[in-house]
Amino acid sequence: MTEVGLGPYLVVSAILLVLGVFGIFLNRKNVIVILMALELILLAVNLNLVAFSAAHNDLTGQILAMLVLTVAAAEAAIGLAIVVVYFRNRGSIQVEDVNLMKG
Amino acid sequence: MITQILFYLFAAVLLISAATVVSARNPVHSVLFLILAFFNAAALFLIAGAEFLAMTLVIVYVGAVAVLFLFVVMMLDVDFAELRSGFQRYAPIGATVGAILFVELALVLGGWKLAPAASGSLASPMPPGMSNTEALGRLLYTDYVFLFQAAGLVLLVAMIGAIVLTLRDRRTSRHQVIRNQVDRKPADTIEVLSVGLGTGIRELGIYRPKVVEEETVATADAHGDGGHGAGGHGHGH
Repeated sequence: MTEVGLGPYLVVSAILLVLGVFGIFLNRKNVIVILMALELILLAVNLNLVAFSAAHNDLTGQILAMLVLTVAAAEAAIGLAIVVVYFRNRGSIQVEDVNLMKG
Repeated sequence: MITQILFYLFAAVLLISAATVVSARNPVHSVLFLILAFFNAAALFLIAGAEFLAMTLVIVYVGAVAVLFLFVVMMLDVDFAELRSGFQRYAPIGATVGAILFVELALVLGGWKLAPAASGSLASPMPPGMSNTEALGRLLYTDYVFLFQAAGLVLLVAMIGAIVLTLRDRRTSRHQVIRNQVDRKPADTIEVLSVGLGTGIRELGIYRPKVVEEETVATADAHGDGGHGAGGHGHGH
């Protein structure tokens, strides 16, 4: 960490976050790719937490990163389960069809 | 020096594979590049000195989440070409939002400086002479034990939620009817026959159950009749 420094980590993490947001806009119809883009965003958050933790020599950031990892895994599981149920009901996973469920 | 070269290598592969994840035509390729991205992120964690988190990332993401994604992508019979129809339409707005976000982040990064007093107020400084995993474990099971249990609760809720969402009762599945089982009496099912000397049990039909269920009837009858027919033929000739 001392060799690389904090700056490059933050730059990589910022680019990763922007790529994730860009992916959500780019694949607006495909829920699965949106979930993957969400994973990328959470990975960027984790990278930030670990970089600051290493830069400050403080372990709290790594514990928070572990919790973020847990929540990300749970979110992926629930999200994919919802996608499967939605596909069973409608035969497609188009995000734009979801607003048919209102009412 | 070597560390820096490795850092830039892993970071470049991470960013390239992340870009491929969001722009690949085939979602299976997206998942595979997601795995590659997580591997490289784990390498960056290692360079930062967070060994335990790096290994956790590999285990959790490559071992579980990526397989989950792959499973769902391959299980759903979706026309993915049709899902990409709005790609060009959404690209400009996505690029605009992404560029704005990136410029904001760059501004924050450019004008940001660590407070000099920050290093004096660490919540849990890394103890010297201890491996990352051990230090993390000591911290996690003492100061952050409630957070740890909350994380376990989150996983439990996710597990139950996923099961409840996707479990469906098929009409074809055969359930256990406990009432019928308890109601069964020996007289309903067991028949005592006196078999004479020298008579085969096959001719008395003992093999056939007294109480027959629909499905077993079909197979058992077919078997029994076949056996009987063959036996009858043998006797007749």
